[in-house]
Amino acid sequence: MSEKILQIQDLKREFRMGTEVVRALKGLSFDVAAGEFVTIMGSSGSGKTTLLNILGCLDKPTDGAYLLDGVNVKDLNRDELARFRNVKIGFVFQSYNLLPRTSAIENVELPLLYNPAIGSKERRERAIHALEAVKLAERLDHTPSQLSGGQQQRVAIARALVNEPVMILADEATGNLDTRTSYEIMALMQELNQEQNKTIIFVTHEPDIAAFSSRTVMLRDGKLQTDTQNQAIKSAREALAALPESDDY
Amino acid sequence: MKVANLIRIALRALQRNKLRAFLTMLGIIIGVGAVITMMSIGEGSKQSIQSSLSSMGSNMITIQPQSNRTGGVRIASSEVQVLTLSDVRVLRRDATLLTAISPQASTNGQVIKGAMNWSTSLQGVSPEYFDIRKLTVREGIAFTEDDVRSAAKVCLLGQTVVENLFGSNEDPIGQIIRFNKIPFQVIGILAAKGQSSFGQDQDDVIIAPYTTVQKRVLAITHFQNIYASAVSEEASEAATDEIVRLLRENHRLRPEDEDDFRVRTQAELINTLSSTSSMMTVLLTAVAGISLVIGGIGIMNIMYVSVTERTREIGLRMSIGARGMDILMQFLIEAIMISVTGGLIGVFLGISASLLVAYTLGWPIVISQSSIVLSFLVCAFTGVFFGYYPAQKASRLDPIEALRYE
Ligand SMILES: Nc1ncnc2c1ncn2[C@@H]1O[C@H](COP(=O)(O)OP(=O)(O)OP(=O)(O)O)[C@@H](O)[C@H]1O
Ligand SMILES: [Mg+2]
Repeated sequence: MSEKILQIQDLKREFRMGTEVVRALKGLSFDVAAGEFVTIMGSSGSGKTTLLNILGCLDKPTDGAYLLDGVNVKDLNRDELARFRNVKIGFVFQSYNLLPRTSAIENVELPLLYNPAIGSKERRERAIHALEAVKLAERLDHTPSQLSGGQQQRVAIARALVNEPVMILADEATGNLDTRTSYEIMALMQELNQEQNKTIIFVTHEPDIAAFSSRTVMLRDGKLQTDTQNQAIKSAREALAALPESDDY
Repeated sequence: MKVANLIRIALRALQRNKLRAFLTMLGIIIGVGAVITMMSIGEGSKQSIQSSLSSMGSNMITIQPQSNRTGGVRIASSEVQVLTLSDVRVLRRDATLLTAISPQASTNGQVIKGAMNWSTSLQGVSPEYFDIRKLTVREGIAFTEDDVRSAAKVCLLGQTVVENLFGSNEDPIGQIIRFNKIPFQVIGILAAKGQSSFGQDQDDVIIAPYTTVQKRVLAITHFQNIYASAVSEEASEAATDEIVRLLRENHRLRPEDEDDFRVRTQAELINTLSSTSSMMTVLLTAVAGISLVIGGIGIMNIMYVSVTERTREIGLRMSIGARGMDILMQFLIEAIMISVTGGLIGVFLGISASLLVAYTLGWPIVISQSSIVLSFLVCAFTGVFFGYYPAQKASRLDPIEALRYE
């Protein structure tokens, strides 16, 4: 449980806007061990998305070190970064980002198409397996427009899982969902974290979401404000059961 | 990245937008179809010109008068009266490379038989003319040297003239017809030759001894043409030189004078006409090719729109592990699939259209393999060329910005 899956040291990210320099991250350091469920919180503009993009190998830091699974991301070129995103990281976005007019199963298969090690039979099996894990086994051929928001987000989570990444990164993955559906997604996340031992880094605004995680990193103005272990992790499944029957408006 | 996967990805993307893919294809379909149709028609007319000209006798030589500038005034060649019987005699006596020589004096006019009349051309020639032009007498007989000497009022009719002057159960042989009021006795009917490559009806003709036409119809002493046959097709060049030498001598031209006649071999005529028809083919094909280019620009346009529209998709694909190269290949393969599918449909359409032209209009067509291969290659190239820039644009997108794109 002590194996460090990612380490960041004095991470800085600056954006140059003409003559102006926006410093989104101003020297951030922390480690995440395998199997942790970390929520990243902070006010708007505090640098959460910027940090997550760097952790997800979509962006590179201006300065500082980022080691993912023991590899310094700074040394990787564009194609190697793409390969890392493919096999090591599963992304979940606020706006799902599913391909329109494409069935759930094909959406989930997508990352595997970019993985040359996987043949078409295994691809199908893995995709079905991932959709079973998010409890959408009966919705394989539904297109996004035929699915609810929560179901679409579950397809997106299945897509993030399908390549068996070492960690899942989610940027306000429940931001577009109502409380009940958010809790369902969090229950799923907890299950993945506890049963499959997936490392999860989850950006959110909402403190009640953070309560489901094992650790909360609070950012403020591009710097680490607090980093707290959660002593009393709430169970999303229990929270879900405690919700009044129909709280939909 | 496996190519099979890239093709699968591109196929799925196209399937999501079938109508658009088809509309984009339309430009290529029409372009390729037009190129193939134009090349088929062009090649067909070229080959039919060649074959019909060779059927006229590939060793035929034509001598025509030509106005020259020595007199100061240029006059129309038909009015130049330089070709005379003396020329024919000289050629008959001295030319070593010619097998047959026939002068020609011809005119157009009205021919009447009873209540029927028809406007046609009367050609006064010598008996050798039948050999030179490869004419055969279907019924009756040809006229002879005796008829020429006596300027006999006898004639042979082409099929078209027969049809327009006589009923189907009438026998024209032995009957009297009147050409410009002068009576001729029909002694033979020519076998049908059909249309010439210029679209002229070669059967719409009356043939008579040249002396008769000269003296009794036109009252002239010159000829409009002299026809001859070279001993062989290869000898026609040398025969031409010989004719030029003999006629210049006979016309008493000084060395500095221009020829007052023009000698043309059939081979030369075939070349001229085929090159004219080749030029037409090139022109038509160029016009059709332009539509192919426009089709290509259509692809480029749609691919650009598609890249912009699918910016988020591109961002997503990158975020889940697509390399720039994968994105580039995906869009390139999409473009190539559009152009190649369009090309295949275009080939099919072009062949169909060519066959339709052949059956409905009766034009000669030749569908050459080269035209199919060429237009197909061009359109595959079009796909690569016009698909590359949009694809490259897609592959260079920044994943974060692409994901954020609204
Ligand atoms: N591409 C960019 N160019 C310039 N400035 C940027 C860029 N991306 C982010 N920034 C700036 O960096 C800072 C942090 O942005 P970031 O998106 O990380 O905030 P956030 O914590 O995710 O906010 P929110 O909760 O609203 O999503 C902001 O001030 C933002 O304006
Ligand atoms: Mg954000």
